[in-house]
Amino acid sequence: MKEETGVPQEMNEQGVATGGPHGGGSGTAAHGAGHHEHQIELSWWRHYVFSTDHKVIGIQYMITSLLVALFGFGLMVVMRWQLSFPGKPVPVIGPLLTAVFGANLAPGGVMTPNLYNSFGAIHGTMMIFMAIVPALFAGFGNFVVPLQLGAPDMAFPRLNMASFWSFFVGVVIMLGSFLVPGGAAKSGWTSYPPLADIADTGMGFEPILNGQTLWLIGMAFNITGSLLGSINIIATIIQLRAPGLQWMRLPVFVWSELVTAFLLLLAFPPLESAAIMQLMDRLFGTSFFSPDGLIIGGRHWPASGGGSALLWQHLFWFLGHPEVYVQILPTMGIVGEVFANNTRKPLWSYKIFVYSLLSIGFLSMVVWAHHMYMTGMGQSITTFFQIFTTVISMPSVLLGTVLLLSLWGGSIRLPTPMLFALAWLPMFGIGGLTGLPLGWTPSDMVLHDTYYVIGHFHYMMAPASIMGLFAGLYYWFPKATGRMMNDFWGKVHFWMTIIFFNGVFFPMLIQGFNGVHRRWYDGGAGWQMAQPVLWLNQVMSVSAWILALGQIPFIINFFWSIWRGKKVTSDNPWQATTLEWATPTPPGHGNFLHPVAVYRGPYEYSAPGAARDFLPQWEQEESRVAEPKLSSV
Amino acid sequence: MELEIPYTVTARPDTGSYNAKIGIWLFLASEVMLFGGFFSAYIFLRMGATHWPHHLLNVPMGLFNTFVLITSSITMVMAWTALKMRQFQSYRRWLAATLVCGVVFLGIKSMEYKDKFHHYGVILNNGQEITGHLEMTPAEAMKSSTLRILPDAEDAGSFGYQLRSIFGRPAAGEEKVLEIPKSDIQWWSNFTPRYSTYLATYFTMTGLHGLHIIGGLLVLGFFWGPGAKLYRTNPEHLANRVEVAGLFWHFVDLVWIFLFPTLYLL
Ligand code: HEM
Ligand SMILES: [Cu+2]
Repeated sequence: MKEETGVPQEMNEQGVATGGPHGGGSGTAAHGAGHHEHQIELSWWRHYVFSTDHKVIGIQYMITSLLVALFGFGLMVVMRWQLSFPGKPVPVIGPLLTAVFGANLAPGGVMTPNLYNSFGAIHGTMMIFMAIVPALFAGFGNFVVPLQLGAPDMAFPRLNMASFWSFFVGVVIMLGSFLVPGGAAKSGWTSYPPLADIADTGMGFEPILNGQTLWLIGMAFNITGSLLGSINIIATIIQLRAPGLQWMRLPVFVWSELVTAFLLLLAFPPLESAAIMQLMDRLFGTSFFSPDGLIIGGRHWPASGGGSALLWQHLFWFLGHPEVYVQILPTMGIVGEVFANNTRKPLWSYKIFVYSLLSIGFLSMVVWAHHMYMTGMGQSITTFFQIFTTVISMPSVLLGTVLLLSLWGGSIRLPTPMLFALAWLPMFGIGGLTGLPLGWTPSDMVLHDTYYVIGHFHYMMAPASIMGLFAGLYYWFPKATGRMMNDFWGKVHFWMTIIFFNGVFFPMLIQGFNGVHRRWYDGGAGWQMAQPVLWLNQVMSVSAWILALGQIPFIINFFWSIWRGKKVTSDNPWQATTLEWATPTPPGHGNFLHPVAVYRGPYEYSAPGAARDFLPQWEQEESRVAEPKLSSV
Repeated sequence: MELEIPYTVTARPDTGSYNAKIGIWLFLASEVMLFGGFFSAYIFLRMGATHWPHHLLNVPMGLFNTFVLITSSITMVMAWTALKMRQFQSYRRWLAATLVCGVVFLGIKSMEYKDKFHHYGVILNNGQEITGHLEMTPAEAMKSSTLRILPDAEDAGSFGYQLRSIFGRPAAGEEKVLEIPKSDIQWWSNFTPRYSTYLATYFTMTGLHGLHIIGGLLVLGFFWGPGAKLYRTNPEHLANRVEVAGLFWHFVDLVWIFLFPTLYLL
């Protein structure tokens, strides 16, 4: 096995497959080891850049999306300045803003409303579509799922590469849109028309190279990428499960990826059709989304025939709602894995967990219009969506309950990933509970479009999803690199993150109750009425900045550990039971050194009568070796 | 080097499929949602419209194209069966027939598009709409202060008239060339996507469908030409690939079978 992946410096340390320590290991036939015959060296480009290896692609996804997340976070850090000190030049990076965005958008380092709107729109778009989803779904999905299935790679490796590059082009277009005349898109991550239909058109804008049009084109690439990715994940799960890996023996992370992939597969295409229609509106003068007779800037907008802005909202939220679940489902899987591993006992109820995942997936396709209560859709429609919004919170609560009860009576270890996983639970709880009042029209009437909504969904997507993301990163890092991340700095990172996440988002709920509007640049008259809660702006901004500082230990720890971290002494450092830990560390191209088979369910921890407190899925009989040695060095 | 992935050629016993077949069905599911998005947009817009034009499209042409595509679906199946029976020459002939059908479809579709671009509509200041053909070049029409336009015949929407119009403009009936001063005109244009919401849906949906046909032709063309070399080393693998491409092709036909009545007849 010459072509190792994972981290550069490790690659050539890998010897030829020598059978594993886990018995069996004749190192012939099947999967990885079957490829002794052709040990062709891949060129550097094919190996690290245009690779078809699922692990490399997973890492590419992860690194790209972490960088995007950093960038998106940076946008928000600057926006928080404007919110706490409206109209004052941004310190430190003010001159940079003027240099990059020009004196029109950032005169003297002051944010203009247009720049604020661009930052807001791109923050939302990139964080959701190009950071959290690709990191959780595609990053972990690619790296972990085939390993947990006992598969040599994804079902369609070349499609997998195409998926990453399509996503990557989307990211580049979205970033590049900042540099065109007029700056990036300004209509929010939701791109509501008629505003989005007319934004960035006319004097001073290019016909195609303008913010909103590039937003649509960038999204088209992004959608294509996630479509290919989701087909690949589903096909892999259906087709490439190792012998004995029946459906009800799948690790919960695989289940969560399966449901997520189905959501992406079925919910994204309607947004693609909506994007095509908005492109038609912008490029060919159709009016799918702008009604007849609009007066804009005192002039009649020359749109033909009556379009409907509501049509966009329906198509957008048909994706938009499943999309928000796409961001939380994979973390449910991750947290499930980390919980079982660190409580050293099976999940409280694997079955309820899996069925809850499935029903959340199904129900999330029929609640989309709860984002549109205030559009006057009519009583019967809102009733339908209120009912289903309430119904979907039941499997969510079930899921949380399963996780909570899983802690009961466990002998809990507290390494960094477990801290993050533990914190995920209350954050998810707050996110879910704050969602309920939004799901009912009487309360949503007051709360819609206020900071309360921002608080609600960030609790889900920032504290919860990102906590899950970090849990996964700390948990699978040793498999990818062969080294552990530093536990002390991991804990520092954890406390900084959890405390200041709440410092940023909890005040939003309070401000929202006081009616602070979610999109205003400096608040205007609305702020006059919310005087008592304005001081919270400073609290949130300072929290956001400290939160940013709190990520520095993580970044340093991450890179330090790749090259200098403590080497793992075992292929299975967490003493886990699922198949990804049966591979060499880091796994080579083809993953497994000898054919794997599965003999039991995923979380057989602390089985009565067993010598060790864990029974891996791949061991037919309990091994006598307490800690299997590294198989690769 | 390529890693060997299980079940690329043979079916996995417990699922009964090889990988690509699962893949294409998933892809088609997403395509259903993509076109579903457009169809629901169509319904949504039409329900909200005060007025919806009829008989703008040439039904005989659309009908003929429907037959062309159905035929191509049949030849596609024949190509795959031939391959399964390891009759290579027959496979290539049937696949060629499929390709020809696809090209004919696109040819007719582009004629229809061209007809639309030469068809004009005028909306007078009083809101009345007159459709017909310019009796002057578009360049003249832009400059002149009056529009000379021959209105569509009474029975222009009928099947017979449309059939005759394919082979040259039918003899004029009652109608006379109108000279309309531009001062009476609120808006005039040929039938482009922006002319009306109906035409916008028509061009967007058929355009996207046309792109699918082109994509299908490229793939099938590949398996007719360079891709067919696989036959020598692994005929079953080629048969699988052709089956998968065929499933896509049938889907594209199916979309047309929905598009035709929706846009031409209803
Ligand atoms: C118990 C479950 C949940 C319920 C009942 C719920 C309910 C709602 C409702 C009714 C809204 C619309 C509020 C408005 O605009 O007036 C909303 C907004 C939102 N929710 Fe949730 N939600 C739930 C879970 C989640 C989860 C799990 C996520 C993401 C991980 C999420 C992310 C969002 C986002 C992003 C928005 C705002 C979108 C926008 O307007 O920009 N929600 N939620
Ligand atoms: Cu929602």
